[in-house]
Amino acid sequence: MNISVNTPVIEIKNASITFGNFKAVKNVTTSIGKNEIRFFIGPNGAGKTTLLDAICGKNKLSEGNILYNDGNREYSLPKIKEHKIVELGIGRKFQAPSVFSGITIQENMELAVAGSKGLFSSIKGNITKDERERIDDALNFVGLYDMKNEYPTKLSHGQKQWLEISMICVLKPKVMLLDEPVAGMGRRETEKTAELLRIIKNDCSIIVVEHDMKFVKDVSTSVTVLHEGSILCEGSIDDIQNNQQVIDVYLGRGGDKNVKN
Amino acid sequence: MESLRNKISGRNIVAILIFLFLLTAPFYMSSFRTNMISKYMCYALVAIGIDMIWGYTGILSLGHGVYFGLGAYCMAMYLKLESSGTGLPDFMTWSGLTELPLFWEPFKSPVISMILVIAVPTILALVIGYLTFLNRIKGVYFSILSQALAAAMATLLIGMQKYLGGSNGLTNFSTIFGKSVYLPAVKSAMYYITLAFLIGAFVICSILVKKRVGKVLVAIRDGENRTRFMGYNPAVYKVFVYCLSAVLAGIAGALYVPQVGIISPNDVNISPSIEMVIWVAIGGKGTLIGPIIGALVTNFGKSIISENFPELWSYFIGFMFIFVILLLPGGIVSLKDVPRRIINKINLYKEKKMDNEKNKKVLAKRQHN
Repeated sequence: MNISVNTPVIEIKNASITFGNFKAVKNVTTSIGKNEIRFFIGPNGAGKTTLLDAICGKNKLSEGNILYNDGNREYSLPKIKEHKIVELGIGRKFQAPSVFSGITIQENMELAVAGSKGLFSSIKGNITKDERERIDDALNFVGLYDMKNEYPTKLSHGQKQWLEISMICVLKPKVMLLDEPVAGMGRRETEKTAELLRIIKNDCSIIVVEHDMKFVKDVSTSVTVLHEGSILCEGSIDDIQNNQQVIDVYLGRGGDKNVKN
Repeated sequence: MESLRNKISGRNIVAILIFLFLLTAPFYMSSFRTNMISKYMCYALVAIGIDMIWGYTGILSLGHGVYFGLGAYCMAMYLKLESSGTGLPDFMTWSGLTELPLFWEPFKSPVISMILVIAVPTILALVIGYLTFLNRIKGVYFSILSQALAAAMATLLIGMQKYLGGSNGLTNFSTIFGKSVYLPAVKSAMYYITLAFLIGAFVICSILVKKRVGKVLVAIRDGENRTRFMGYNPAVYKVFVYCLSAVLAGIAGALYVPQVGIISPNDVNISPSIEMVIWVAIGGKGTLIGPIIGALVTNFGKSIISENFPELWSYFIGFMFIFVILLLPGGIVSLKDVPRRIINKINLYKEKKMDNEKNKKVLAKRQHN
């Protein structure tokens, strides 16, 4: 259980989350360092997404704390509103691709890039040259530049996911939270996504919830296995795959298709 | 992109044609019809506001009659005081009041009255919007709440027999800014003022929709949570658009009163509020020009039909609404797409038929083997 953690960017301390009488997350403690790609894996209902939701402010903690260090200051995330958390540099991608289909790809990006998200600057509504360049870069990065004036309804499932990833990238976040980014993708698309994440991690820490073990093997720097709301095991992918407990509760019962390769 | 540009400019051409028609209508239409059109333009102004909040932001408000009514009552109170001269308004004397109630005082001044026409709906919308949207009340719950607001408002007004004329409402106005409301010059001035507000609202909303704020509104409609996690606070935008639509409705109400000569609780109740939404649906929501067309066409139809067959109107509007929802979800503005849609349907049908035949052949072959 030795993860090389430089200065942790996200520190989850004794976090518990309850819904009514149900304890979805029990006393989880872990920390994610700079330029790390951390995977949360585990069977359904293990509390992976719930934990992501807690980091970005969608779920409230019933106990514990989540600290975020942006390099200058330390913040206690549970005290901050969702849209403020985003401003601090934590971008979130939800499980279903949810780009806005009523506006063009370029306009989707413009919404994401805007420096100030307040009402008045939106009414003034011009983006700077620098922001325009960042949009072009981000679209080039995921290969959607040529389609920027189309509506997202024209995109394939994978392309929508990439558009969403580039909408987060353009914000230059310090932490990126991705919920099943490759679900429903073919092998080739998954590989491209892995490639993208490896580039993104140079400027950013990434937390990913994912079931696709091949993808986990490809890109993870560290893995946290959750089971029934608590951490079962934490370490590199090799540690995880050789851990008997993990094999028993997750890998062994078909939670993955390609683990034995 | 080309096709998108075409679509937008096509809509603009329609808008220009409609506004040209409205500009010239008083020259070749009877004053009776002109007055009617003027009334419909007030409705169109409300419809633009509802389109902003429903068509673009996806919030269905079934209570915009309230804001229309607030603007209208503010205007009516001013008109009533002016018409009553130094005395009390007639209905107050009938109900035994001897002194003007305190909240009528500001309406002695035309300037303050005009300010209140805008301020009162804005403040109510701000309070209601703030409380509901900040507490994340949305979807059908907001619709029900807004509808309850309309019912409450109407009930409140009916109960205020002494102070606001009860179910009779406010009527019998004779002058506006010192001029008789029956003068043709005043009437045509009112007509063009209404038209100016309509065009102004259309232009302002068109600009807003093109700016980033418009994209944020659409984003909230398409995925509120996602918008929030992009760093926008949807509540602020929703309150803004709610207030905007309330102001437009308030101004519309204020323009409506001097031209129609009466405002009563019936005009702020649930059913006129729902009718407002129907205009937008029939015209085509999310287009800005659609609601104007919807309000004009629906109400023109209402007049024509109810002039000839008084009992049939409610069936007719119901039928029209169902027709639009089922067969023309884009409203009247999407009529131009209908031929293409029919052709697509036919092609699809042909393809299916061919596929079926192919499948049959394959099956037959298999069985043969």
